[in-house]
Amino acid sequence: MAEVTSADAGHAPQSFIRRYVFSTDHKVVGIQYFLTAMFVAIVAGLLAMLMRLQLAWPAAQWPLLGKLFPGGMESGVMKPEFYLSLVTMHGTLMVFFVISFALIGGFGNYLIPLQIGARDMAFPFLNMLSCWVVVPATLIMLASFFLENGAAASGWTAYPPLSAVEQAIPGSGMGQTFWILGMALFIVSFTMGGLNYFTTILNLRAKGMSMMRLPMTVWSLLLATILGLLAFPPLTAAAVMLLFDRHGGSSFFLPAGLFFGNTLLPNAGGTPLLWQHLFWFLGHPEVYVLLLPALGIAFDVLAPSTRKPIFGYRMTVYSFLTIGSLSMIVWGHHMFVSGMSPYVGEFFSIGTMLITIPSAIVGVNLLASLWGGSFRFTTAMLFALGVLALFGAGGLGGIFLGTATSDIFLHDSYFVVGHFHFMIGGVTLFGLFAGTYYWFPKMFGRMLSEKLGKVHFWLTLIPFYIVFFGMHFLGLGGMPRRYYAFTEFQFLQEFQGVNVFITICVLGAVQFLFLFNFFWSLWKGPQAEKNPWKATTLEWEAPSPPPHGNWGASVPTVHRWAYEYSLLGDPQDYTPQTTPPGTGGVTQ
Amino acid sequence: MSVAEFGLGGGNSGDGRTGAVAANSAQLGLWALLATVTMLFAGFTSAYLVRRAGSDWQSILSPSVLCFNTVLLLASSMTLEIAREAMHRHQSTAFKLWHSATTLLGLAFLIGQIVAWQQLAARGIYVPTSPHSSFFYMLTAVHGVHLLGGVFGLLYVLQRSWQAPAGPKHPFRLCATYWHFVRGIWVFLFLLLFVWK
Repeated sequence: MAEVTSADAGHAPQSFIRRYVFSTDHKVVGIQYFLTAMFVAIVAGLLAMLMRLQLAWPAAQWPLLGKLFPGGMESGVMKPEFYLSLVTMHGTLMVFFVISFALIGGFGNYLIPLQIGARDMAFPFLNMLSCWVVVPATLIMLASFFLENGAAASGWTAYPPLSAVEQAIPGSGMGQTFWILGMALFIVSFTMGGLNYFTTILNLRAKGMSMMRLPMTVWSLLLATILGLLAFPPLTAAAVMLLFDRHGGSSFFLPAGLFFGNTLLPNAGGTPLLWQHLFWFLGHPEVYVLLLPALGIAFDVLAPSTRKPIFGYRMTVYSFLTIGSLSMIVWGHHMFVSGMSPYVGEFFSIGTMLITIPSAIVGVNLLASLWGGSFRFTTAMLFALGVLALFGAGGLGGIFLGTATSDIFLHDSYFVVGHFHFMIGGVTLFGLFAGTYYWFPKMFGRMLSEKLGKVHFWLTLIPFYIVFFGMHFLGLGGMPRRYYAFTEFQFLQEFQGVNVFITICVLGAVQFLFLFNFFWSLWKGPQAEKNPWKATTLEWEAPSPPPHGNWGASVPTVHRWAYEYSLLGDPQDYTPQTTPPGTGGVTQ
Repeated sequence: MSVAEFGLGGGNSGDGRTGAVAANSAQLGLWALLATVTMLFAGFTSAYLVRRAGSDWQSILSPSVLCFNTVLLLASSMTLEIAREAMHRHQSTAFKLWHSATTLLGLAFLIGQIVAWQQLAARGIYVPTSPHSSFFYMLTAVHGVHLLGGVFGLLYVLQRSWQAPAGPKHPFRLCATYWHFVRGIWVFLFLLLFVWK
C-alpha cells in the first residue's frame, strides 16, 4: 500500500494564515501547542513565585506587587483568598495547560506522524480545531484573575463545597465558573487530539512499522492517550453535576446543614466525597498521562546518547500497559483520610503497591539502558538522566503515600507537595527539556546552545532537588499544605528558615536561561543537519525542519526496530530503521 | 473489525490519503469516541448508583410520554436499517425516504423529551426537588445533546445523498453506528432511571 501519492508534498498552503495560523499541518499545530505551553508556564511559574514570597515572609509588604494586583494584594500585603487562588491556578495551569499541552499536544502532534512514518495526522482538520479550542480555554483561565472576586480558589481538585457554593469564598463565584468552563474546553480539545493520536498510531504507520518497532515515545503517547480518553469523561460528568449544583439547585455534592454567611443552604443529601471519587478517577490516571510520555522521551534520548539499544523494550511496553490498566483502579489512595472503610483503603493500598512493580521495571530498564554505553553527555542526555533520578526519588516517596498507614500522617502535608513535584512536576519537566533539547534541531532546523543548555541543566537540577526534597522534610515535620500563614502556629515556626531558603533557590529565575537559549537559537543557532545525533528513528530521515507532507515523494519503508546501534561489521555505529536487511551489519 | 484490518501487526501505509485507510481511520476514530462517551455515562451511572443507595432516596414516577419516546427512538433505529438496505440495493428514493423518516423520528424524540420535562414540571417536580429528579433532568439533557449531534449527522448524510447517486455509504455507516449507539444509551438510561430498582 505504499504507492506514491506525492500530491501532499507539493501542496503546501501558500497564504500566511493557512500556513502558520490556521494550519492543519501536524508540525505547525505541535509548535503552536508548544509555544502556548511556554507562555502559560511563565504565568504559572510566576504564580508559584508569589506563593513562595508569602510562605517565606508571611504578611510582608510588597508595594510594587500591590500596584500590580490591587484586588489580591491591597497595599502590598497578600490576602488569604488571593493566596488560595494562586495555589489553585498554579496547579491547574501547570498540570493541564503546561505539561499536557507541551508533552501531549506539543510532542504528540509533532512526533507521532514523523516517528511512525505518516504524512500527517489521521484527521488534520480536527487537529487544528483541537489546537484552536485551546486558545479560548487558556484565555478564559487566565482572564479569571481579572474578575471582581478573583480566580477560582478551591484547589486544582475543585473540591466541593468551595467549588459548589457560589457564596462560599470569593473565588467560588464567577472565578469557579470560569474554571469549569476553561476545563470543559480543555477536555474537548484533549478529546479531539486524543482521538487523532489513537487513530493515527494504529492506522497510519508506514509499511513495515509494526507495533513492536515503534519508538518508546510513540508507545508512551499511545497509552497516555488511551488513558486520557477513558479517564477524562468521568470528570466531565462530575463537572456537569457541579454545574447543576451551582446553578440548578441540585444537591449532588452538598450535604444538609451548610451555613454560609448566616444563611442555611437548602441543599440536603449530597456528599463532597462523590466529587472526590469522580475527580480522582481522572486525577490519578492523569498523573500517568503526563509521566508516560516523559519516560518514553527519556528512552528515545538515551539510546543515541549511549550508542546502544535501550534495555528491555518489550518489558517496558508491557510495563507501560500494566501501569496504564492499574492506574485506573488506584485513585482511592488520594482519599485515605476521607473516612473510607479501612478495607477499601487496603484495596487501594495494595493496588498502589502493585503499580510500583511495573514502574520499578521501567526505572530499572532506563538504568540498565546505560549499562556498557559509550556516553555522549549532551544536554538532552543530562535531562534524560534527570528524569531517571527524579523518577527514582519521587517514586520512593510515593510508597509512603500509597500505604494507608503512613499516609494518614503525611496526607495534606508538604510531603505530598514535594512528592508530586518530583513526579508530575519534575519527571515531566525534565522529560520536556530532554525532548526539547533533543528535537529542537528537527523542529526548527537549528541547534540549541549546548553550553547554555548544560548551565541550565545544572542550575535546574540542584535547586529542584533542594526545593522539593526540602518539602518532604517540611511535611515530615507536620507542615500542612495550602496554609496561608502557617507562622500562626507555634510548632511550625521553626520551619521559617527552611521556607526562606526554598524561596531564594532561584529555580524559577534559571528558566529564563532556557527561554533565552530557545529564542536566540531560533534565529542565531548553528544550522542543524538532518540527523545531528546520529539516531535511528524515522523522524531523522526527514529534512530539518521537515517540509509539508514530511517525506517528499515517497513515504519511507521500515525494516527494523527503533534502536539498532553498534551492529557488528557496520562502519557507522547506528543503523536507521529504513536500512534494508542484509546491509548495515548484524545484531551483536 | 479485526486486528489485522488496522494493521496492528505490520504497519499500514504512512500516506493516509488512500480511500481504504481513510475509511478505516474514520471508523476507528468513531469507535474511540464512542468509548469516551461510554465512559462519560459510566461516570454518571456510578454516581447514580451510589446516590440511590442512600437512605433518603425517593423515586419519582416516570413521565407518561417517556415510553412513547422510547418506542419512537427504537423505531428510528429500524427505519435507519431499512434505509441502509435501500442504499445497498441502490434505491435512491427509498433511501432518502427512510433516512428522512429516521431524522424526523429523532427530532420527534427530542421534542418528546421536552414534553417529558413539562409533564414533570406540571407535577411540581423540578431539578432540586429530589436526587432522582436531579439525575433525570441532567441525564436526559446530556443524552439529548448527544442525540442532537446524531440528528446533525443524519442531516449531513441526507444532504450528501443528493450529491452522491450511489449513496453516501461511508458517512452513512459512521452515522448509523453513532445513531444506534445513542439509541442504546437511551434504552440503558431508561432502564436505569425507571425500571431497575
